[in-house]
Amino acid sequence: MDVTLLLVQGLNGLQLGVMLFLLAAGLTLVFGIMNLINLAHGSMYMLGAYLAATFQGWTDSFMLGVILAIPLTFAIGMMVEMVALRTLYNRDHLDQVLATFGLILFFNELVRTIWGPQARFMAVPQALSGQIVLLPGVPYSAYRLAVVGVGLLIAVGLYGVIQHTRLGMWIRAGASNRTMIAALGVNITWLYTLVFGVGAALAGLAGMMAGPLLALQVGMGESMLILTFVVIVIGGIGSIRGAFIGALLVGVIDTFGRVLLPPALASMTIYILMAVVLYWRPQGLFPTAV
Amino acid sequence: MPGRLSRVIRGLIVLVTCCVAPVSAADKIKIGYIATMSGPAASLGQDILDGFKLGMTHVGNSLGGLPVDLIVGDDQLKPDVGVQVASKMVEKDKVDFITGVVFSNVMMAIAQPVTEAGVFLISANAGPSPLAGTGCLQNLFTVSWQNDQTHEAMGKYLQDKGVKRLYLMAPNYQAGKDALAGVKRYFKGEIVGEVYTTLNQPDYAAELAQLRAAKPEAVFAFYPGGMGINFVKQYAQMGLKAEIPFYAPAFTVDHTILPAQGEAALGIVNSSFWSPDLPNPVNRKFVVDFQQTYGRVPSLYAAQGYDTALFIDNAVHAVSGNLRNKDKLRTALRQASFASVRGVFKLNHNHFPIQDFYICQVVKKADGVITQELHDIAFKDHADAYHEQCNMRW
Repeated sequence: MDVTLLLVQGLNGLQLGVMLFLLAAGLTLVFGIMNLINLAHGSMYMLGAYLAATFQGWTDSFMLGVILAIPLTFAIGMMVEMVALRTLYNRDHLDQVLATFGLILFFNELVRTIWGPQARFMAVPQALSGQIVLLPGVPYSAYRLAVVGVGLLIAVGLYGVIQHTRLGMWIRAGASNRTMIAALGVNITWLYTLVFGVGAALAGLAGMMAGPLLALQVGMGESMLILTFVVIVIGGIGSIRGAFIGALLVGVIDTFGRVLLPPALASMTIYILMAVVLYWRPQGLFPTAV
Repeated sequence: MPGRLSRVIRGLIVLVTCCVAPVSAADKIKIGYIATMSGPAASLGQDILDGFKLGMTHVGNSLGGLPVDLIVGDDQLKPDVGVQVASKMVEKDKVDFITGVVFSNVMMAIAQPVTEAGVFLISANAGPSPLAGTGCLQNLFTVSWQNDQTHEAMGKYLQDKGVKRLYLMAPNYQAGKDALAGVKRYFKGEIVGEVYTTLNQPDYAAELAQLRAAKPEAVFAFYPGGMGINFVKQYAQMGLKAEIPFYAPAFTVDHTILPAQGEAALGIVNSSFWSPDLPNPVNRKFVVDFQQTYGRVPSLYAAQGYDTALFIDNAVHAVSGNLRNKDKLRTALRQASFASVRGVFKLNHNHFPIQDFYICQVVKKADGVITQELHDIAFKDHADAYHEQCNMRW
């Protein structure tokens, strides 16, 4: 593999990693702070994509579609938390799995009922539909570069919020010891709802950005969900930093695995990575819980 | 003694009347339809079903003159689920026919259990090579094609066109392997790369970067259903469509996914056993009525479903509705001769069709609709490459 191909594949891995980070950030916070296994996270990814596609259809603008869809996904996330998930916090993980799996089925059927079973088309924004020449003879899709850019920006933004704001402090404290911050007077109920809403919005944003690249169809969240769980297990539950590093690791290793290894081995690489990490560091790379 | 004798005689009469097999027609026909009705490939299962239902409507809301009890099952693209659904249909619902079956991995799983239970399996799509050759089954009939054939047509086209360096891509399952084997059977130039990707993989950026680096003269890619949407869109987005011509079987650009692919699919030359503009009266009626009934252009999958309904109807008429005599029904199925959407329909001795194959292109019509246009014929009366290995003779 020559240098230019290495660069392109590296960018591909980075792009996959960044998308996974957007999904993993919400999932790891929900799992870390609220101790809730949320299988319906993939459904937020799907809903975000479908809503953005619908708004884009109405306004003929990708940007407007995304701008309108993000707050709506945030609101839907909070509603789901308030209506369906509040009773699950004190329950066994298996109960949470069953309940949120039910949510997956519900959302899949809801999307199928509203938008139909046929796959949908989301157009790449006109301004980003070309290629950018990174080096002579190395064109790269402008849209994918934009995805990498947005993802990195959000990562920096999230880092800023988590490390340097009061809300971030509560979130970090909650990930370490949720009983203690409740005892210290933080309104746990609203913190949980907010965190869940933010997680849903991030997942929806990942879906919206993936829409022009991948087909929009019922059940598009499930395959991403599995990868996301691998990412947060590798990175450490509850850690945004872990989610970021884990996502990049998974993205790059999966991409290079697919091009360097035969197909059967290629699909195994990230699970082998997860097994290795779990063996060496069972709490993940950046554990938070005390 | 008279009392005992009369009881014996009464018993004998009851026994005899029960044992006489009724040669009369059945009062209805039960059909089990198994297909992928959920997930990325759901549109395929739905299209075949819609075509099948339209076929039933056209022959009088029945099949062979009998009212139809249609039971639809979803295999979720999982062979084990397919076997479960098929078992329920055979044992509990006691169906007379099982039809549908989109994916070859599901077909490979259900073919033997269904046919060994004495139920006729009429494939409206999947045609894996093992079942056309050494594994051919007397109760399995395939109305669509054998998997390799559509790809063989494109392989021959590329060979005749003088392409020297070809890059091949397909998903890693039976039909993907059949596809590339079919291309290589007729294309004799250099295969610069042969890449199998994970089934239902969504993102092909990495593989497309490798493809660009290999600098082939042309690309052949088989990606049915949702995979086709992703692959074709990403191929165009990476600027590859302008650099390296893209050739495909019709499955990568069929009408169920053309609306989602949009402009990215325009100009792609593809091979198929059918095109909506095939100039025969049965096809014209099919296309017009399908558009009126369902509000969309039929894909080749719908055409296959339609022909399957006509095929079953033709055979059941030939046995006058007597579904109990399996041997007579099998003979009627084998000798099926009816006007299908592709002209006259004819089966080979391994129960796969002998038919023509065409080269089409994706075009945008004056009204803005993106559809397929017939350009050339690739094969006339083409039999599949495995029939000699099948030892069924009739």
